Amino acid sequence: MAQITLKALAHSYSTSPDGPQDYAIREMDHVWHQGGAYALLGPSGCGKSTLLNIISGLLTPSDGQVLFDDQVMNELPPEERNIAQVFQFPVVYDTMTVFDNLAFPLRNIGTSADKVKQRVAEVADILDLTSLLKRKAKNLTADEKQKVSMGRGLVRDDVSAILFDEPLTVIDPQLKWKLRRKLKEIHEKFNITMIYVTHDQLEASTFADKIAVMYDGQVVQFGTPRELFEVPAHTFVGYFIGSPGMNFLDVELTKSGALVNGVSFPLSQRFQAAMRRAGSRNLKIGIRPEFVEVLPESSDDTCVVEVKNTQDFGTYRILSFHFAGQNLKARIDEGQVVSGDRVHVRFPDAHLNLYVDEYRVEVGDE
Amino acid sequence: MTRSVPTTPETVRQQAAESAAKRRKRARSAPIRWRRRTLLGLYLVFVMLPIYWLLNLSFQTNSEILGSFSFWPQNFTLGNYVGIFTDANWYMGYVNSLAYVLMNMLISISVALPAAYAFSRFRFIGDKHLFFWLLTNLMAPPAVFLLPYFQLYYSVGLFDTHIAVALAHCLFNIPLAIWILEGFMSSVPKEVDETAYIDGYSFPRFFVTIFIPMIRSGIGVTLFFLFMFSWVELLLSRTLTATNAQPIASIMTRTSTASGIDWGTLAAAGVLTILPGIVVVYFVRNHIAKGFALGRT
Amino acid sequence: MNKVYNNKAWFLILPMLLLVAFSAIIPLMTVVNYSVQDVFDANTRFFTGTEWFETMLNNPTLQAALLRQFAFSFTILAIQVPLGIGIALLMPKRGWQASAVLILITLPLLIPWNVVGSIWQLFTRGDIGLMGVGIRQLGYAYNITRNPADAWATIILMDVWHWTPLIALLCYSGLRSIPDAYYQAARIDRASKWAVFRYIQLPKLTNVLVIGILLRFMHSFMIYAEPFVLTGGGPGSSTTFLSQSLTTMAIGQQDLGPSAAFSLIYFLIILLVCWVFYTAIMNMQKDNANQGGA
Repeated sequence: MAQITLKALAHSYSTSPDGPQDYAIREMDHVWHQGGAYALLGPSGCGKSTLLNIISGLLTPSDGQVLFDDQVMNELPPEERNIAQVFQFPVVYDTMTVFDNLAFPLRNIGTSADKVKQRVAEVADILDLTSLLKRKAKNLTADEKQKVSMGRGLVRDDVSAILFDEPLTVIDPQLKWKLRRKLKEIHEKFNITMIYVTHDQLEASTFADKIAVMYDGQVVQFGTPRELFEVPAHTFVGYFIGSPGMNFLDVELTKSGALVNGVSFPLSQRFQAAMRRAGSRNLKIGIRPEFVEVLPESSDDTCVVEVKNTQDFGTYRILSFHFAGQNLKARIDEGQVVSGDRVHVRFPDAHLNLYVDEYRVEVGDE
Repeated sequence: MTRSVPTTPETVRQQAAESAAKRRKRARSAPIRWRRRTLLGLYLVFVMLPIYWLLNLSFQTNSEILGSFSFWPQNFTLGNYVGIFTDANWYMGYVNSLAYVLMNMLISISVALPAAYAFSRFRFIGDKHLFFWLLTNLMAPPAVFLLPYFQLYYSVGLFDTHIAVALAHCLFNIPLAIWILEGFMSSVPKEVDETAYIDGYSFPRFFVTIFIPMIRSGIGVTLFFLFMFSWVELLLSRTLTATNAQPIASIMTRTSTASGIDWGTLAAAGVLTILPGIVVVYFVRNHIAKGFALGRT
Repeated sequence: MNKVYNNKAWFLILPMLLLVAFSAIIPLMTVVNYSVQDVFDANTRFFTGTEWFETMLNNPTLQAALLRQFAFSFTILAIQVPLGIGIALLMPKRGWQASAVLILITLPLLIPWNVVGSIWQLFTRGDIGLMGVGIRQLGYAYNITRNPADAWATIILMDVWHWTPLIALLCYSGLRSIPDAYYQAARIDRASKWAVFRYIQLPKLTNVLVIGILLRFMHSFMIYAEPFVLTGGGPGSSTTFLSQSLTTMAIGQQDLGPSAAFSLIYFLIILLVCWVFYTAIMNMQKDNANQGGA
């Protein structure tokens, strides 16, 4: 049981890194609290597996520290860290039975036979493996094997955290949600810190209480699924979370107001003030397609846009349109009628976000 | 050295393993590291010592070999080698051996490739029995076939030709090649074939341009084994040849004459039979680590 | 893998079949033919039925050779398999050392079998051989032409030298194919070195070891050239193995019928042992739901 702290942590695979591009993990500070269910979400190559392996001790970070509670762990090998890790491809000991597989971590530290029996029975029960206990692990299906590898992490009562490295990649879709629910159940029952690496936002948000979104070797936002959706702290989060992702408009501020590619864009005074304060030319306005309003008539805060197409998703439709040469999307209800190739849209002030140099800036209330 | 940033969990773990290996090496106490090296070193000495001795004797004259015992040549001489390379009877032995070995490799691999493909991809009448029968040929002691082979090749007029030995070695080399190749081919997913056919490849073109490159290390290891078993075999090659196609191995028996054994020449001839092997290992060295498991792990 | 049922595959097999049939079936038929007849000359022969087989099975010389053969094969397997696994575990995994060690270890496999005999003859002779002279210097009257025990020990040492590399290379290759994830999972499960060997490495080696043991058994059972050159089967007949007995009988004494019968018996023994071994291994690997567990 421990809180995991990453202090000024950075990692480079090259022996003499020249610049930030050589770093798989750029310098970061982060705290995983005891008992939390966390997800580490990001695209391929963003460094999430690297980070996970640094926490488990399979990799030694080139800079900074990993702390469990207040103890520096950098030099400790994985076997001394009290950590369990479940890999992308299930690792089971082929020649052993399921029982022996689950008992393996306990027997390695000389646990008494009675205790082993009791713990294995307990864990097998939770994972629905009881009926398979006497089978050879070799002949199990992929999801059963993955359950066995999870089970090996769970039987130990000394683990401070369980790390999952895209554990459901090889599992059939219909079994995925079952296993995910199982994990959630286990988490509630055992109160163990769990960190779950994935590139699938749905997987992350159903499993985790808090999600760390990684991009280019950095954690760009750490928050609840709702926060990630409503107030993405970085343009990447806006773009990566949600389906479709957030709309972004490059804006510039002139004396006559905000312009997007030379076309005037209705923006409230408080936004204009914030933009003036920003002191950077890299300014973006972001809005979720869910909040873009498509209206039948024009008013003073609407824009006329050119409709490209609509995609029907059953209960809702996604409207793609052109505004000032930029492609944007809006989500509209099934019943709403959109006629003609020109419509009026409104970008409600309350749902606009301002990004300066890709990071979100609080706009304030004037 | 700059390494690119890994993009999949697999590559991350591979790098983790490498760095762990490095760290272990550093952390592993010196005595353990030295114990490993010493044990392996001892074995390598055991492997090299007889070969070194052969080399040592090959650079000595017979009088030195018999007269004084020394760990290295006192009067270094190339005389034994010169003797071999100036006597056509001697060096033709090498030519003969290499000739039938290469013929055998060529014949074996070219009939074994399609056959192994058939076994790995199709079911057909008698497939299992046929495969089993092939393997039994691996287990046939050459000694059993000496006399019938002699009669057979004599009656078809092939006695004392290279091709006779090459064909005789097919007895065990073709089954061996099929067995090894079948393992490699079965580890190539069948979808590869199907995709190629959908893309409009004919079977021969698919086989040569796509399939064969995919099992390169398998073919490398197969050729290694074909060379090995044909090159080292004595009994059949000696029985099926007289003078024109006599292999080096049987010419070497000439070193024992009425006046005693010509140790120096024997040693030099022995050294020369090792050289082709070194060339072959050098070529396949990168395939050995992967390919030697014969596709069966 | 699901194989397609297609009899056209026979066309792919056909060239191979013709060649192997030419090298295997015709000669084998000849052997079978001889084994049931008594041949005096090209025109005079009698059908003898199983007479030659009975004679051969009751021949004490051959029985002794067969016993020696089994003793030899099992001894070298008992040494080579553990030694080969050990060496495979010791071999470096990366870098130029790995290549260098691979090449050195592979060398003995590619030396013609009679040259292997010659090398060991040169190496072990009491007058000019490094090992022979060395052992005598230590005070032991080492002599492979007089003392059967010395001859045996030397032949076994030679075979270990010659063939352990095959087992080592097979195992090395098998070890290389184990994904890193297994070792990492084992570290996280805090497995001891022994546990890693017993539950990760050894299971992965089973397949290559089966291949290695089968190949080694077959070839050791057919061994001819090496002992023939090194000891000539002596002293006495203490290192005369089956192949040598057979060639002496077939070529030296021209006893066609008996040697043909002997050939077939010889062949069948090898087949039988390989089959029994293979079946036993396959049965061991089957999942038996009633076994195991705790």
